[in-house]
Amino acid sequence: MSKARQLADLGNQVDDGAISGTNMVINGAMNVAQRSSSVTGNGSSGYLTCDRWKVSGGMGTRTVTQQADAPEGFYNSYKIEITTAETSPSAGTSLAFEQRMEGQNLQMLKKGTSNALPITISFWVKSNKTGTYILEIDDNDNSRNINKSYTVSSSGVWEYKTITFEGDTTGSLDNDNAHSLRLFFWLDAGSNFRGGTLATSWESTTNANRADGNVTFADTVGNTWQITGVCLNVGDSAIAFPHESYGETLAKCQRYFYQAHPQSIGARVGSYVADGTGNAIGITPTTVPLRATPTLTTTASDWGLRLGGTSLTCNGFSILSLHNGASYIGVNAQASGLTSTRTYSLRSNNTSARLQFDAEL
Amino acid sequence: MDNMNITSAQYLAFEGANTSIRATIDGVEVYAPLDPANRHYAEIMRQVEAGTLTIAEAD
Repeated sequence: MSKARQLADLGNQVDDGAISGTNMVINGAMNVAQRSSSVTGNGSSGYLTCDRWKVSGGMGTRTVTQQADAPEGFYNSYKIEITTAETSPSAGTSLAFEQRMEGQNLQMLKKGTSNALPITISFWVKSNKTGTYILEIDDNDNSRNINKSYTVSSSGVWEYKTITFEGDTTGSLDNDNAHSLRLFFWLDAGSNFRGGTLATSWESTTNANRADGNVTFADTVGNTWQITGVCLNVGDSAIAFPHESYGETLAKCQRYFYQAHPQSIGARVGSYVADGTGNAIGITPTTVPLRATPTLTTTASDWGLRLGGTSLTCNGFSILSLHNGASYIGVNAQASGLTSTRTYSLRSNNTSARLQFDAEL
Repeated sequence: MDNMNITSAQYLAFEGANTSIRATIDGVEVYAPLDPANRHYAEIMRQVEAGTLTIAEAD
């Protein structure tokens, strides 16, 4: 590329605002995986390995991993492998990979105005299933979407893709902490999502226009799809992936998911004061304020309420409160035989004990 | 819509007021807060309104 062309491109990026270097995707390099690095036998939607990324749909059975395999300049990728094929999918099934974003973080897009800005998404992809795939931007506030295709040309080779989506002059995004926009990588889809005309311009959502032409990724055991270096920036050209430290990415992820997982027996994770004989109320600190009041997932018997060398095994939990903007969560830990007003330590009974707080979109 | 498979749900109460819902979602027991911004609570209530799920009263 000539110097003149490079300068012209740079000026274009400045005009678009892309030069600011903001990646609206969190954990695009797949480096943070608080929940797990590998999940086998997955057949339903969920946040599984790399933070903020969700596998969607019930098509086939999958193994998903944070994989130490990436193009130069990256270390990790997200890998989805089919372990039970879906050769006759029902009409409404699908398989996709997505990230959801808060509307209050997207106002710079000027969506819904005459000055709406384009978006460019860039990423590295590798698959042994070559062919056409669909990438969708989905506006959850206004039930609108736009879909573009990309091609995996060679089997088992990392390929860099950039796709630009024009701005949408219809439908502004809510300025709040709820799900407004999502990046939706289609992998496979039943007939409800095929058969129309791909929505290559923004339109009101019509399912048949969303995944037409996408490969049938889930049709063969051993099919794999990997991705990393995902960047979503304002403008009609891609920026260089803005790498950040692990700590920076972790803090961003912890707005949506935080866990206390000491990985040892006897670790204390908080002080709890007994209120009666069956409930103990405590505060669990978080590193950053969570997006919303979280769901708590834990195995109660993995924890004990301990005082003076005696540990009472927990038999339940509940979430009490989240003070908006504060970095703590009120939790009720339950056990039998507590002494009211005494203070107990919440203590891990085994190395797998986890208190997981999920405030994902 | 999140297509969560919710097989049980029961309110949990403290000091006489419901504080959260203990639910089994996709085979995992979770404690969901009563917050419409929480995705699990939102899906529980969507299924309740659709008539496919009932939340048991607190013990």
